[in-house]
Amino acid sequence: MLKFFFTRLLQAIPVLLVVITVTFFLVRLAPGGPFDAEKAVPPEVLKALEANYRLDLPVWQQYTSYVGDLVTGDFGPSFRYPGRSVNELIMAGLPASAELGLYALLVALVIGTLAGIIASLRPNTAQDYIPMSTAMIGICMPSFLLGPLLVLVFGIWLDWLPISGWGDMPGDKILPSITMGAGYAAYIARLSRGGMLEVLSQDYIRTARAKGLPERVIIFKHALRGGLIPVIAFLGPAFAGLLSGSFVVETIFQIPGLGRFFVQAAFNRDYTMIMGTTVFFAFLIVLFNLLSDVIAVWINPRLRHQAQGGH
Amino acid sequence: MVAIITNTDEVLASAEQGTSLWSDAWVRLRRNHLALAGLGILIFLAIVSLLTPWIAPYGYEAQNLALGATPPSWQHWFGTDIFGRDLLTRVMYGGRMSLMVGFVATGVALVIGVLWGTVAGYAGGRVDAVMMRLVDILYALPFMIFIILLMVVFGRSILLLFLAIGAVEWLTMARIVRGQVQNLRRQEFIEAAYSLGLSRWRIVRKHLIPNTLGPVIVYTTLTIPSVMLLEAFLSFLGLGVQPPESSWGLLINNGVETMEEYPWLLIFPGLALSITLFSLNFLGDGLRDALDPRTSKD
Repeated sequence: MLKFFFTRLLQAIPVLLVVITVTFFLVRLAPGGPFDAEKAVPPEVLKALEANYRLDLPVWQQYTSYVGDLVTGDFGPSFRYPGRSVNELIMAGLPASAELGLYALLVALVIGTLAGIIASLRPNTAQDYIPMSTAMIGICMPSFLLGPLLVLVFGIWLDWLPISGWGDMPGDKILPSITMGAGYAAYIARLSRGGMLEVLSQDYIRTARAKGLPERVIIFKHALRGGLIPVIAFLGPAFAGLLSGSFVVETIFQIPGLGRFFVQAAFNRDYTMIMGTTVFFAFLIVLFNLLSDVIAVWINPRLRHQAQGGH
Repeated sequence: MVAIITNTDEVLASAEQGTSLWSDAWVRLRRNHLALAGLGILIFLAIVSLLTPWIAPYGYEAQNLALGATPPSWQHWFGTDIFGRDLLTRVMYGGRMSLMVGFVATGVALVIGVLWGTVAGYAGGRVDAVMMRLVDILYALPFMIFIILLMVVFGRSILLLFLAIGAVEWLTMARIVRGQVQNLRRQEFIEAAYSLGLSRWRIVRKHLIPNTLGPVIVYTTLTIPSVMLLEAFLSFLGLGVQPPESSWGLLINNGVETMEEYPWLLIFPGLALSITLFSLNFLGDGLRDALDPRTSKD
């Protein structure tokens, strides 16, 4: 188990290096310097600026010093907001994004697994079709459409919930969390239905039924553990999706989070901020993929055996 | 293995050609009404998109500033926007763009993925290890962010959009094809072809690629909606298709800005996008059940 964990950890390093390298050189390829303004900057000021951001060094030195700083956790200064480091900006946006992601994941897990389990108990009946067709709608309705529609109906027409903000008014976290969680709830519903159907047809469930165990115990104690494995394997990729979802949802609901910062940095051509957030996002995605892999192995005895046996 | 054949035409057809994978799959697909409905809607949309310049009710650039935004009416089925432009016309032109991005970018992904996967699976050994390791690394990259980065760095051109999206989506295709080819390579008919002295390229082209088509078609139908979603997402953020061009994502973005006063500007483009994604997903699921009976739905 430990060996498996460390092998996966080692595999993550080249991925991160590729991300850092590609991002670094891609940004260097961009036409126009970061200080091209409408007003011409005096040459000595430009020189001082370039020295400050180490743009006067040869590219490979810029690269090695950037990687060196990253290893110590320093993302460098922001181009667009002088005097503020990218670290500060990331830390300013992280709490709101993390909270939003957590709520969205909760919405997705609770609604998704419940719908999936309910559907799997009576396959090919109305109890199966209704939640699964709803799930299909959830998959086909992108968040940038669902969000505004929810705002239109619950925020404007019915006037039940605030239409934007984060933590300013009671209830303003509900619509963003649902918007972001809905698509994942739908996927999770499909995954847990599939997983449960497979498990429920296995011999050990029949044994449990033959023993006369109550249905509740069979489903929640025996079937769930195996039936939810596909859901756990999905959580890693889902996390990556939640991040990109945050670009849209945070923009729609004007939430001061990382996703909105990233989109703004992209528009402002704040290169160090783009690089910083890209590397940071990549790090998070790699980390969560790793975690979900490890959890999947840990929870599934068959995979655990494989991981221990070397392959 | 043989599907239950219900009418005489099918019996005759299958007697002529045997039950090939394709006729067998078609029989199965025909029983899936949702998938058929999806296929029908897609064919309709494709025809409308192709004919848009001739059948659109108004010109793409026709404005009527005096008219302004009006709700749906007999003259303007989907209403008009604040410049008095006919929304139905704009949705039709936007659909052309969205569908084109969907098909072209998927095409790019298809070509790269099939070639990459076939070469890796057929070559095996070290070549395979290196090629698939590269795919693994690329797989772990946060591509959404890279596409945004690309669009920012190199400007927002449609060509780049095709390439960027296509470059992301080929990875899964490569994995699927490689697995398939690896399986096939060990089978007797490939060995037979080999001992008959066929060239490698001919074996790949005539025997390997056609036999991987089932999963490839299924995955292609499922790639198109995710590509369209990506395009709409980028356009919604203002990083994809740029005005004066239009796409459903861009129309939704514009609709959101004025949804309080003119909700139809959001609802119709949104409906168009959702129905298309719905159809593609149902068709993809149906094809998966029909062509690839071993893999379950999820």
